[in-house]
Amino acid sequence: MERKRTGTDTVKRGMAQMQKGGVIMDVVNAEQARIAEAAGAVAVMALERVPSDIRAAGGVARMADPTVVEEVMRAVTIPVMAKARIGHIGEARILEALGVDYIDESEVLTPADEQYHLLKKDFTVPFVCGCRDLGEGLRRIGEGAAMLRTKGEPGTGNIVEAVRHMRRVQEQIRSAAGRDPSELMACAKELGAPYELLCQVHELGRLPVVNFAAGGVATPADAALMMLLGADGVFVGSGIFKSSAPEKFARAIVEAVTHYEDYPRLAELSKGLGTAMPGLEIAALPREQRMQDRGW
Amino acid sequence: MGQVGVLALQGAVSEHLARLPRHGYEGIPVKRPRDLERLDALIIPGGESTAISRLIRENGLTKALRDFGRERPVLGTCAGLILCAAEIADGGGDVEPLGLMDISVCRNGFGRQKDSFETEVEVSGTGRDIPAVFIRAPYIVRAGRDVTPLAFVDGRAVMAESGHILVCAFHPELTEDPRVFDRFFRKLEARELKPEPCPPSKKFPVKTAAARF
Repeated sequence: MERKRTGTDTVKRGMAQMQKGGVIMDVVNAEQARIAEAAGAVAVMALERVPSDIRAAGGVARMADPTVVEEVMRAVTIPVMAKARIGHIGEARILEALGVDYIDESEVLTPADEQYHLLKKDFTVPFVCGCRDLGEGLRRIGEGAAMLRTKGEPGTGNIVEAVRHMRRVQEQIRSAAGRDPSELMACAKELGAPYELLCQVHELGRLPVVNFAAGGVATPADAALMMLLGADGVFVGSGIFKSSAPEKFARAIVEAVTHYEDYPRLAELSKGLGTAMPGLEIAALPREQRMQDRGW
Repeated sequence: MGQVGVLALQGAVSEHLARLPRHGYEGIPVKRPRDLERLDALIIPGGESTAISRLIRENGLTKALRDFGRERPVLGTCAGLILCAAEIADGGGDVEPLGLMDISVCRNGFGRQKDSFETEVEVSGTGRDIPAVFIRAPYIVRAGRDVTPLAFVDGRAVMAESGHILVCAFHPELTEDPRVFDRFFRKLEARELKPEPCPPSKKFPVKTAAARF
C-alpha cells in the first residue's frame, strides 16, 4: 500500500467540491446546529454570534470560544467550519488543533493583520476566503485558499453587495477566458492577480476552486438568485436564525438552492415562511462599518 | 450514445457529468423521478449524505431510485456508497439508505477532514496504483454473501461490487485515471449484449453468512 497523503490541494479543494449545490449555515450552539443539519445543510459555521449581532454589538469580534466549536462538532455529523480573524495565525492554529473541517478567514471578524492574510498553504486544514473580484479571489488561492466565497455585506439581509461581487467575478472570469494568451500578463497586472492562476482561469474558463455566495442571503429567492448568477452554493449567516421561523427558512433555502431553475417550485416553497431577517440599506452603513472592505 | 444519469441534488455533480462524454456516454442530471426514465445507468455522486438523503425524500425519489437500482447499473461514490448501502453502522442520523447493496457502512470512518487523504489502491480485477482521493470517507464494515469487496485501505473495505451495483468510498471523478469508470461502464456493455434482468438486489442473503472487515 502506498502512503496516505493528507492536506494536499486535491484533498482540500475536493472537500469544497463535495459541498457544491448546498447551503452552509451559521450556528451559535448545538441546538441550532441540529436544526441546520436536519434541514439539509451541507455544513455549519460555528461562531459565537451571527454577523447581524456582531454588527450590533460593535467592538472587536474574535474567534469563537473553543467550547462552542466543540459543542457544535459533537452535535452533528456534517462538516463544521469556524471563523478566524484575517491574518490571525494563532486563532487559525487553535481551530486546526480543535479539528474543525474548514476555516473561514473572515472579514466578519475584526482583522488581526491589515497587511497580510494567512499563508494558508502552511496548514493541513483547508481554508475558505472572501473576495469581491477575481483578483482578490486569485490572491487568496495563491496563499492556499481551497474555496472562495464572494463577500457580499454580511449581517445586512441585503443581497445587493453579494450580487455585485458575484457579477464582477463571473464577468472577469468570462473576460479572462476570452483574452488572447498574449494579453494575460497585462490582464493579471490590471486585476492584481497571480499570473499563473489567471492562466489557469483562462484555460479552464472557470475558477480552479469552488466559489460560494455569501453576505446578504435572507430568503429562498435570494439563494436562487445567487445560484442563477453562477454560485456553486450559498452561505447563510444571519438569514436563518434571525428569521421568524428558522426551521422553515432553513429547509426552504436548501430546496431553493437545489431547484434554483424550477420557478413554480420556488414560488411554492417561498409561501408562508413568515418574516425574513430585518434588512439594512447599504448606503446607510457608515464606511467604517462595511465588513467587505476588510482584507484586500 | 448511451445515457448515464448523475443524481444532481447536491455534491460533485458537474465532475461526473464532465467525465461521461470521455467514456462515450451522454450525462443527464437527475433531480426528479421522471428524469430516470430513459437512462441506461446512474451515478450517485459524493456530497453530504445527510443533505442528499433528505433531498431524495423531499423529491419523491426514494422508490424511483430503488426500482432503478433493481434493474440497471448504479455507481455510488463516497456519499453515493453510503446511500447504496443496506444499513449504516454508526446509526446514520437522518440518512435513509436505499438498500441497493447488502453492505453496512461507517460514515466518516477515516475521520474528519484533517484525516482526509490521497493514496493509490489496488482494485481486484481492475489494476494496481489507482489514484484514490478519500474525503471524510466512509468504509464498508460488513458485506453480504453476494457482495465482492474489491479494494482495501488499512484493512478496511473501500470498494465493492454486487451484480450491476458498484460502490467506492473514494472519488474517481477527482482524478484523471479512467479505470474505475471503465469497470462500471463494462456493466452497461454487458447489459447491451445480454439484456436479461439482473437478480433483484433487495433480497439479501442471510446475515450469518456475511463477511466482516
